[in-house]
Amino acid sequence: MFSKLLCRQVVNHGFRLTTRAASASTQKKPVVERKPDVKYQKLFINNEFVDSSNRSTFEVINPATGDVIAEVADGSEKDVDKAVKAAKDAFRLGSEWRRMDPAARGALLYKLADLIERDRAYIAALETYNNGKPFKDSYNVDIPHSIAVLRYYAGWPDKMNGKVLPISGDFFAYTRREPIGIVGQIIPWNFPLILLCWKIGPSVATGCTTVIKLDEHTPLTGLYTAKLIAEAGFPPGVINILSGDGPHCGGSIVRHPDVAKVAFTGSTQVGKIIGAEAAKMVKRTTLELGGKSPNIVFADCDLDTAVEMSHFALFFNQGQCCCAGSRTYVEEKIYDEFVQRSVERTKQRKVGDPFDESTEQGPQISHEQMDKILDLIDSGKRAGAKLLVGGERVGDKGFFVQPTVFCDVNDDHRIAREEIFGPVMQILKFKTTDEVIERANDTDYGLAASVFTKDLDKAIVVSNGLRAGSVWVNTYDNFDPVAPFGGFKQSGLGREKSEYSLDSYTETKCVTMKISQRNS
Amino acid sequence: MSSTNSKAPNVEIKYTQIFINNEWHKATAGKTFQVINPSTGEEICQVEEGTRVDVDKAVQAARKAFDIDSPWRKLEPVARGNLMRKLASLLRRDIEYLSKLETLNNGKSVQDSKGDIFFSADCLDYYAGWVDKMVGETIPGAQDQMIYTRHEPIGVCGQIIPWNYPILMMSWKLGPALACGNVIILKPAEQTPLTALYVASLCKEAGFPPGVVNVIPGDGPECGNAISVHQDIDKVAFTGSVEVGKKVQEAAAKSNLKRVSLELGGKSPLIICEDADLDHAVKLAHRAIFGNAAQRCTAASRTFVHSKIYDEFVARSIELAKKRVVGDPFDSSTEQGPQITAEQFERILGYIESGKKDGAKLECGGERVGKKGYFIKPTVFTNVKDDMKIAREEIFGPVMSILKFDSYEEVIKRANNTTFGLAASVVTKDLTRALTFAQRLQAGSVWVNDYDAVCNQAPFGGYKQSGHGRELGRYGLEEYYEVKTVVIKLI
Repeated sequence: MFSKLLCRQVVNHGFRLTTRAASASTQKKPVVERKPDVKYQKLFINNEFVDSSNRSTFEVINPATGDVIAEVADGSEKDVDKAVKAAKDAFRLGSEWRRMDPAARGALLYKLADLIERDRAYIAALETYNNGKPFKDSYNVDIPHSIAVLRYYAGWPDKMNGKVLPISGDFFAYTRREPIGIVGQIIPWNFPLILLCWKIGPSVATGCTTVIKLDEHTPLTGLYTAKLIAEAGFPPGVINILSGDGPHCGGSIVRHPDVAKVAFTGSTQVGKIIGAEAAKMVKRTTLELGGKSPNIVFADCDLDTAVEMSHFALFFNQGQCCCAGSRTYVEEKIYDEFVQRSVERTKQRKVGDPFDESTEQGPQISHEQMDKILDLIDSGKRAGAKLLVGGERVGDKGFFVQPTVFCDVNDDHRIAREEIFGPVMQILKFKTTDEVIERANDTDYGLAASVFTKDLDKAIVVSNGLRAGSVWVNTYDNFDPVAPFGGFKQSGLGREKSEYSLDSYTETKCVTMKISQRNS
Repeated sequence: MSSTNSKAPNVEIKYTQIFINNEWHKATAGKTFQVINPSTGEEICQVEEGTRVDVDKAVQAARKAFDIDSPWRKLEPVARGNLMRKLASLLRRDIEYLSKLETLNNGKSVQDSKGDIFFSADCLDYYAGWVDKMVGETIPGAQDQMIYTRHEPIGVCGQIIPWNYPILMMSWKLGPALACGNVIILKPAEQTPLTALYVASLCKEAGFPPGVVNVIPGDGPECGNAISVHQDIDKVAFTGSVEVGKKVQEAAAKSNLKRVSLELGGKSPLIICEDADLDHAVKLAHRAIFGNAAQRCTAASRTFVHSKIYDEFVARSIELAKKRVVGDPFDSSTEQGPQITAEQFERILGYIESGKKDGAKLECGGERVGKKGYFIKPTVFTNVKDDMKIAREEIFGPVMSILKFDSYEEVIKRANNTTFGLAASVVTKDLTRALTFAQRLQAGSVWVNDYDAVCNQAPFGGYKQSGHGRELGRYGLEEYYEVKTVVIKLI
C-alpha cells in the first residue's frame, strides 16, 4: 500500500493537477522491477545510439547502495560537435523539420507522451534505481508530470501567433515568431525525466532542434527516452541526447558557435560560469538555478496544513529541490506549537530502500552531496542553532541522511543562507509582517516562497512583497504546466513552462513591406 | 461519367432518436420525420422529431450539467482537453463507417466525407490544445487594488448547423464550446441528422458527462426556433442562410438577449488577374465553385476575369466543366454528387432559367442528370452582368458565372458591391496587387492564389450580412466565454 499520507499530500497539493489528469489511474498497482534492465548506455545522435568518439565511458551509481549499475558513454567535445552538426542539419531551411506543419510537431509530442505513459512502470523503476527517489514518487509524480508537460506543449505549435502591426505610412508590417535555431540544454540530476521534458517541450513546440546533456549522475532515463523519441517518429537530429560531464561535454555545448541558445538548470555557481561563457557570443541564455526559499507561516493559518505542507516543502525529493522551502519563518505566537509538531512529523519520516512501499525518503544523490549536507549540519550546530532531530548519516551503505530539524535559527547562520540541498529544515521566528518580508527577501536568491494564512489581505499583500518567481499560498510545489517557473535575482533568468517559456525559444522577426497605399 | 444509380453499400443506421443526458429518447410529441438519400430521392429511415418540449428537456439537462458544483464544472481543463482528444480519436477510428453514412445522407463523395472527418478530428484536437492555454489577465490598478479577469464559460449554448458539411460543422461548433467549458444543445439540419446522432454516441463513449452534449434532431421553425427563443439558453450559434440568420438574431434579442454568432451565406468573388498562370487559375476557379456540388457558403460564385485573358479562360473553364464527373457518390470516379434536396434542386434550376432570361450566355450544363436523385450538370454562364440575379443571389448550386473586367480599381468595387462578405480571392503574382486586394476586399477571408484555404488555426467568418463573429483559431474561442473583472480592495 503506498504511504497514504505523502501520496495524499502530493496528490492534493504539489502535483495534484498533473498527476490526476495525466495518469489513467494511480490506484492500479504497477509491477515493480527493483533491478531494472539498463537498455541504453550510448550517446543518442541523429536517432542512433553511438559510442563516444574516444570510446570512453563513465560509471553510473545507485545511490541507495553505492554500487555501480551501468557504464555509460562519456560525451566529449568531438561528440558535441557531431550532435550539433546533426541538429544543424535537421534545422536547415527546407528540411523535413522546418517544413513540417505545426500541428504535426505537436502530434509527435503527444506520441512521445503516450510512449512514456506506456512504459511508465519501467521508467519509474529506472529513475528510482538511478536517482534514489522513492518509487512511489517516480511512479506517481515524476512520470505523470513529465507526460503532462509534454502534452501541454503539444498543443502550442499551431497557436503561436505573431502580430500584424498598426504601422504608420504605406507599409504592411507583421511579426513572425521563428525558432531560435539549435539549442543546447543542460539538465541536473534531481528530477532527470521531468527536467528533460521541460526542455524537450518548448524546443519542439517552437520548432528548434536541440542537443541535450544529461547529468553524469543520472543519464539512464534520459537515454531510454531517447529511444522513445526515435520510436515516436521525430526526424533524425531534431533531438540529440548526450551523456557526459559538465566541464567538457557541457562546456563544449555552451561554447559551440552553432548553438544559438543555452538553457541550463543547476547550481547558481555553475550558472554564472555558463552565463559568462555564453555572453561572449551573445547567446540567448536561460538559467534555472538555486534557491533558499522562504516559507512564511502566520499565526492565522490552518496549522495542520501548514505543518504538513512545510514538512513537504523541505523534505520532498530528499530535500533536493531548487525551490525547497528551506527557511521556515513561523510567527511568534504559534512558534513553539509549530516546532513541536514539525519535529513529531519529521520523526515519523521513514528513510530507507526507495523501492520499499513505506519509504518516504531515499538516499542523497552522491557521497559528495551527502558530505556537503553533513558539513552544513555541523555548521548549524557550531553556530548555535538548536538541533531537535536527526543530524547524522543513516547506515554506512548508500548516501542516506537522517531527516533533520533545526530551530532557533538566525538569518546569518550558514544553514539559513546557503543552499543545503538536503533533508535539513530550518525554523526561524518572526514577529511582524513587514519584518518577515524584509528578512525573506534578504538573500541573493529569489526562486520561490510561500505564505500560510487565512487572511485575504495578508495573502495578497505578502505575495506582492516577496521577491520570488513563484509564490505559493497555502500550498507548495505546484508545478502545473500552465504556470511559469523561474527565479528572481540569482536564482535564474527566464521562465520555464507556460506560455512565457516560448519566448525563450523564439526569435521575433518583424517584416515590413512597402505598399502603394495603406488604409486602415 | 459515373452512373447516378446509387451503388450505396448497406449502411446500418444505428441512432435515430433524440440524445439528451447521454441517453436516447423518443420524441415527446410522438412524431418522426423522413431522412432522404439525395442520390436516389428515396427514404433512408425515420428519425424522432424534436419539438419545443424536447428542447426544453435538453436545456434542463444541460443546465444541471453546468451547475457550479457539477462534474463538468469541476473537471480540470486538461481533463476536458483529454475528452476532446478522445472524441477526435473515435472519429478517426470509425471513419470507414462514418464516411459512408455521411455520403449516404448528404451525397458528397466518400473521399470528401473522409476528408471532412479528418478535418473534424483535427479541429477537435486543435481546440483540445487550447483548454490549458486560455488566460485571463492581472491588470495594473491603484496601489490598494488587485484586479484580474476571469474567462468563464457562457453556459448553455444552442448550436444550429446546416446540411452541407454535417460532421465538419458539428466539430467546428463542439470544439470551441467544449474547450471553454460550456454545455451544448445541438440541432443538426433536418436533411442530415444521421452522422450528428452517431457522433453524439461517440461523445458518450469518449466520456463526456451526461448533459454536456445534447443533440436534438428536428426542423428549423419548431426545433431551431425553440432554441433561439429559449429563456434559459445563454447563447446561440447558427450556420445557415442569411434569411434564417436574421430570424435567429431577432428571436435571440427579443427573448433574453442571448449572445449570437452567425455564419451565413456568401456571393464570393474570385478575381483572376492578367498575370495569372492560366492553367492554375482555371483549375482553381473550377474547384472554387463546383466543390461539394457548390453547396458551400464560400463558393466562388462570381468569377471575375481580366479582359486580356478572358476568352482563353472561358474556353478552358467550359472544357473542364464538361469533363466533371457527376454521379453516384459511392463510385470512386465521381467528382460531384447530387444536390441535397428536391427543393434545392428546383431552386437551382430556377436560377439557371433566370440567367438565360436575363441574357447571360449558357455555355454548358444547365439541366438535370439522370432520372433519380437531384443531380445537376456543371453549368457555366458567360456574359454575366453584375445586376443579374445569378450574379447577386446565392444559388448554392453548380453554376459558374464568369464576368469580365478591365481595371483593378473597378473590379474591387464590383467585388465589394454586395451585401455579402464571406470570402474573396485574387490570383496574381504581383506583390503590391496582392496586398492591395487583401486590404480592400470586404470579406472575412481573403485568399491569394488559392481558394478555401481554411485551417483550424485561422479565423473564419463574415463581413456584412455574411455573419458576425469568427469560427476557428483563437478568435473562435472569443464567442464562447464571458469576461468577469474581479477587483479586490486591499485594506
